[in-house]
Amino acid sequence: MRIRDFKTSYENDEAIWQTPVARAWMAALVAGLLAFPFVAGGYLVNLACLLGIHIIATAGLNIMTGYTGLISLGHAAFMGVGCYTAAYLAHRGVPFYLTIPAAGVAAATIGIIVGIPSLRIKGLYLAIATLATQFLLVFVFQEWTSVTGGASGTIVPAARIGDFVFNTDLRMFYPIWICAAILLLGARNLFRTRVGRAFIAIRDKDISAQVLGINLLRYKLSSFAIATFYAGVAGALLAYYYRAMSPEYFTLQLSIFYLAAIIVGGLGSTLGSILGAVFMTLLPELLRGIVASIALWAPRSLEILSPLQQAVFGLIIIVFLIFEPHGMADIWRRIRRFFHLWPFRA
Amino acid sequence: MSAAAFDWTAFIEFSIVGLLSGGLLALIALGFVLIYKGTGVINFAMGEFMMLGAYSFYTSNVVWRLPTPVSLLLAVVSVAACAALIERSVLRPLAGQPVISVLMATIGLSSALHGGIAAVFGGASYEMPQIIPRKAVIIGDLLIPGMIIWNFVLSAIIIALFLLYFRYSKTGIAMRAVANDPITAYVVGIDVRKTQRLIWMFAGVVGAIAGIVVASMNTISPALGYVALSVLAVIILGGLDSIAGAIVAGLLIGVAESLTAGYLGGKVRDIIPYAIVLAILLVRPYGLFGTRQIERL
Repeated sequence: MRIRDFKTSYENDEAIWQTPVARAWMAALVAGLLAFPFVAGGYLVNLACLLGIHIIATAGLNIMTGYTGLISLGHAAFMGVGCYTAAYLAHRGVPFYLTIPAAGVAAATIGIIVGIPSLRIKGLYLAIATLATQFLLVFVFQEWTSVTGGASGTIVPAARIGDFVFNTDLRMFYPIWICAAILLLGARNLFRTRVGRAFIAIRDKDISAQVLGINLLRYKLSSFAIATFYAGVAGALLAYYYRAMSPEYFTLQLSIFYLAAIIVGGLGSTLGSILGAVFMTLLPELLRGIVASIALWAPRSLEILSPLQQAVFGLIIIVFLIFEPHGMADIWRRIRRFFHLWPFRA
Repeated sequence: MSAAAFDWTAFIEFSIVGLLSGGLLALIALGFVLIYKGTGVINFAMGEFMMLGAYSFYTSNVVWRLPTPVSLLLAVVSVAACAALIERSVLRPLAGQPVISVLMATIGLSSALHGGIAAVFGGASYEMPQIIPRKAVIIGDLLIPGMIIWNFVLSAIIIALFLLYFRYSKTGIAMRAVANDPITAYVVGIDVRKTQRLIWMFAGVVGAIAGIVVASMNTISPALGYVALSVLAVIILGGLDSIAGAIVAGLLIGVAESLTAGYLGGKVRDIIPYAIVLAILLVRPYGLFGTRQIERL
């Protein structure tokens, strides 16, 4: 039961964490994350690193698709741009704290170029345009051998500060989650500003937004740029995390993975990006566990793991769209509401 | 290459082969256009309809050893049934939702079907039985693979049958009415839901036939589903809601693909449809023959 929750100033009303309880939970979460690598085992740390990267990319796609209503089927390819930019610069001795933002900027540049037609096209057409971009960019990754290493891929030197080398999962955990925290806070704050509100107005009805004085070209391109910047940063972190990359990673299937993550989590919700990414990162692990236990009796079942994942991703997209169109963020909101009102009404 | 040494025979051969293989692209495009016109949805699972058709034909013909006509019928009927089921269970509940939701649902559908089929049949590619003659046709200096000619003829016949059906049959006219204006169609007593289900089933039939043809040209493997994605270039060029556009654009894209394959190699050929898509969307988003959408508040 929540009581005495009175907002007495605008600052209070606009705050992200409005109550002392919320701030305490947030502090506990941060403390928990800081301590996590020391408490958890290697497998969990590995999973947490991957999760951080997925959260960044999902948050980016949610800004574009969830908040601005511009559907993208090429998110994985933009991650690829970031990944290869980081790899290219890292080979030339640029330190990682510069290559990561540079990767974001490179991806955003490509994103803006792709986004230019988005003033004229939307909905179905934009989805097809981004799908085309996905295939074209992967073609570039495969063919531009001097930069990307072609189909066989490229090796990325480990990130380092001075003599400290980020060459283990445990060490990569902090850079990944610091980036994730900064970018998530950025995403959350973006929608308290004019720019973010403009995105939401465009999503709800772009012509009406234009009537209200929102420059559609500028804001749609900004949305593209921000979303692809997030993808680029995620790609760069992926490069430093795996330290070997090939174009096969950035498939259409990965783009659909992120689309599934924002639908499952909740379109137009930062919390949704996190929940969706968590769900979609853990789901393949769960599937792998199930298949591995079946494999004891039917050894061939391991072969169907990848198609099975694909099938389950697709089914989850459909099920959430039909039964929970606002995603897990809405489920979470309902649970919270129940406890806030308890015991007075359900 | 100097101008004098330009090999005209090769150029003409590439063009004719492209034009003929464009017939198949037009057939697949018809599957997309049917559903878009009738229900306003781009069916990203079209490639999976093709897979479904090809794999069920393979199963009944090769695994169960049924005669070819029976297998064909079985494949077409099963895909049509599957399409009807999908329309009922996925698209119907999402009716009236924003375009973006429906779009994502068909993407989810495509992923689910693709993964499901790949899980059942595995990633390996199988040899399809020869149902289309392979004998090459030689006209003067030109050599044209027989398969491509028969595929073209087959595609042309099926497209023509559909056009006649829409022109003269009662249900075909009902479909055109629903495509034009569902509410008015409803008012004059057309069962819009039934008609939309029928449209999905027809798209399933088209997909199944196209899938069997594509698979019998090469081999059958889960990669078959991606053919339909490159056909998106055809429907964008032709205009999403124009059957005539799909036919013309299918032939044009066929030629473009064949010429790039001939002069620049197979890798470039695979991405040329996507490059064309981006170019068209920049210049003329509603395609050659599509209806220009006017938005009102």
